[in-house]
Amino acid sequence: MAETTVESQGPTPGQEAAARTNIGLLQRLDWVRGYLLMTPTILLMCGLLIAPLASLFLRSFWTQHGFEIDKTFTLHNYWELIAPSDEVTWWSGIPFPLKNPAYAIVIVKSLLISLGATVAVLLIAYPMAYFLAFRVVRHKMLWLIIITIPFWTSYLLRVFAWKIILGYNGVINSGLIWLGVIDKPLEFLLYNPLSVIITLAHAWVAYAILPIYVSLEKIDRSLLEAATDLGDRPWERFLHVTLPLSLPGVIASTLMVFIPTVGDYVTPTLVGGPTGVMVGNTIQTLFGQRNDGPLGAALSAVVMLIVTLLVCLFLWAVGYRKMQKREAAQ
Amino acid sequence: MSRRWDFLTFYGLGFVVFLYAPVLLLPLFSFNDSIFAIFPLKGFTLSAYQQLADDTKLQGAVWNSIVVGICVALISTTFGLLAAMAVTRYRLPGKGPVVGTIMLPLVIPSIILGVALLVLVRQVFDIELSLWCVGAGHVLLCVPFSMLVLISRLEGFDKNLEEAAQDLGENGWMTFWRVTFPLALPGVISSLLMSFTTSFDEYVLAFFLSGIDQTLPIYLWSMLRFPQRLPITLALGSSILIASTIIVVISEVLRRRGVQSEKPTGL
Repeated sequence: MAETTVESQGPTPGQEAAARTNIGLLQRLDWVRGYLLMTPTILLMCGLLIAPLASLFLRSFWTQHGFEIDKTFTLHNYWELIAPSDEVTWWSGIPFPLKNPAYAIVIVKSLLISLGATVAVLLIAYPMAYFLAFRVVRHKMLWLIIITIPFWTSYLLRVFAWKIILGYNGVINSGLIWLGVIDKPLEFLLYNPLSVIITLAHAWVAYAILPIYVSLEKIDRSLLEAATDLGDRPWERFLHVTLPLSLPGVIASTLMVFIPTVGDYVTPTLVGGPTGVMVGNTIQTLFGQRNDGPLGAALSAVVMLIVTLLVCLFLWAVGYRKMQKREAAQ
Repeated sequence: MSRRWDFLTFYGLGFVVFLYAPVLLLPLFSFNDSIFAIFPLKGFTLSAYQQLADDTKLQGAVWNSIVVGICVALISTTFGLLAAMAVTRYRLPGKGPVVGTIMLPLVIPSIILGVALLVLVRQVFDIELSLWCVGAGHVLLCVPFSMLVLISRLEGFDKNLEEAAQDLGENGWMTFWRVTFPLALPGVISSLLMSFTTSFDEYVLAFFLSGIDQTLPIYLWSMLRFPQRLPITLALGSSILIASTIIVVISEVLRRRGVQSEKPTGL
């Protein structure tokens, strides 16, 4: 109220300076008030996220002896994971000259399975996002809701559905036998890395559509008209204009699918079988049956580190910073 | 662009079929009079649903999940709303890293969150595992979701409304109750419903953190392991699907109504 009167009367230089310091003080108070409002949430996340992760990380430097924990600092657990050996173990044509190759193999396998699922998801999701952005005119909200619903319904059940579909006594096998296409059930459908990839792709595809859709929706339609006017055919126009401009969405989708699926537990457990085991299962076994929490903690830390490094590498490789700057400049 | 029946339209419809068909097999086979989920279908039966209704252990698990879900929804929405108001109403230095840290549970595999919480609860504090621990774990997962939903809602309406209320002499608290909260209400309800379904469906954290009391997904998981219990599993799965679909549809309609711009943060 006071400021309005000052303005209407025309401020003297002294008053103006006083008002400016007042505003400066208010601004400082402003962020203090903002952080006060934020404090409960920050404290909650410290207690539920930072503290558990820190204690997990700390544990990775300890040693388990039976039911006792030896709290002397050691890098032994990390050494267990990477200790070299003269004997080379081969997995899918990749040599692992390690003492305990199982850990490295399961990490590589998880990364490959996630990569496969991510690629499959992008290939399926992109045309759908394109359809939503460029073809759907009426009932857009209805379409968006339809593709978002499965995203929120039970993950467990969506995965279980694939077990029913691909199983030995499953929908595909019984259906094909019923139709007379095959005589006896196909055994290669379930319990292998491919069934994990199919199930993951189906379970996560809904997550990938929205980021791509948003970046397609943002594209200035006059750019597309310009490309057509300048003689681009539809396919060229897509490659030269639409695809590059939608890359931020594609990158977001890639990360949203790749990062969480590396550590997935439910899918490999239900449809993976012995060959489809992923690193989440190994971590669970280490904390459970094997009763070696510290080693499990070290494995968790290594997996998070590798995923973080891969994500940074990926963002660097696609020139994400340049892309952000360009978007900010627009 | 005009509506054309071209490849892309068929792709769109085919995609929806691909998305829904696997899940819809559950209700289909739940009415089938056979202990296998196989074609050809046999007779129609409701016996699996009858068995469900008689299962007292299941009813206990459902009740546990509902109680945990309601608590998680209220707590994570409260914390999410506070943080969302701070982020949208104030200029915060260092906002990026703080918000980024709060969003971490969205990208860390739940198995790692699960073992980390287990280590903290059992070995650092030495607390007995219980539904409280499950609830705490679910709050950790739901706060980022609540915050995202509420940020996009709070950004969607005019901040001048709040300033007007303050200029007209309302204090901060009354401005919140009479202006901010009513305007944010669709987002709040949507956040409550989403947190509830997330908690209601969550398995991995519940597996690590629950003690003797089971939640519904844990009970469901124990049934998935036994092929001879397939019919009743299918009936239970179908019931869960129907319930969560109803909740999700309500929450989605509320969330999208009145939000003018689609933001990537809105998921």
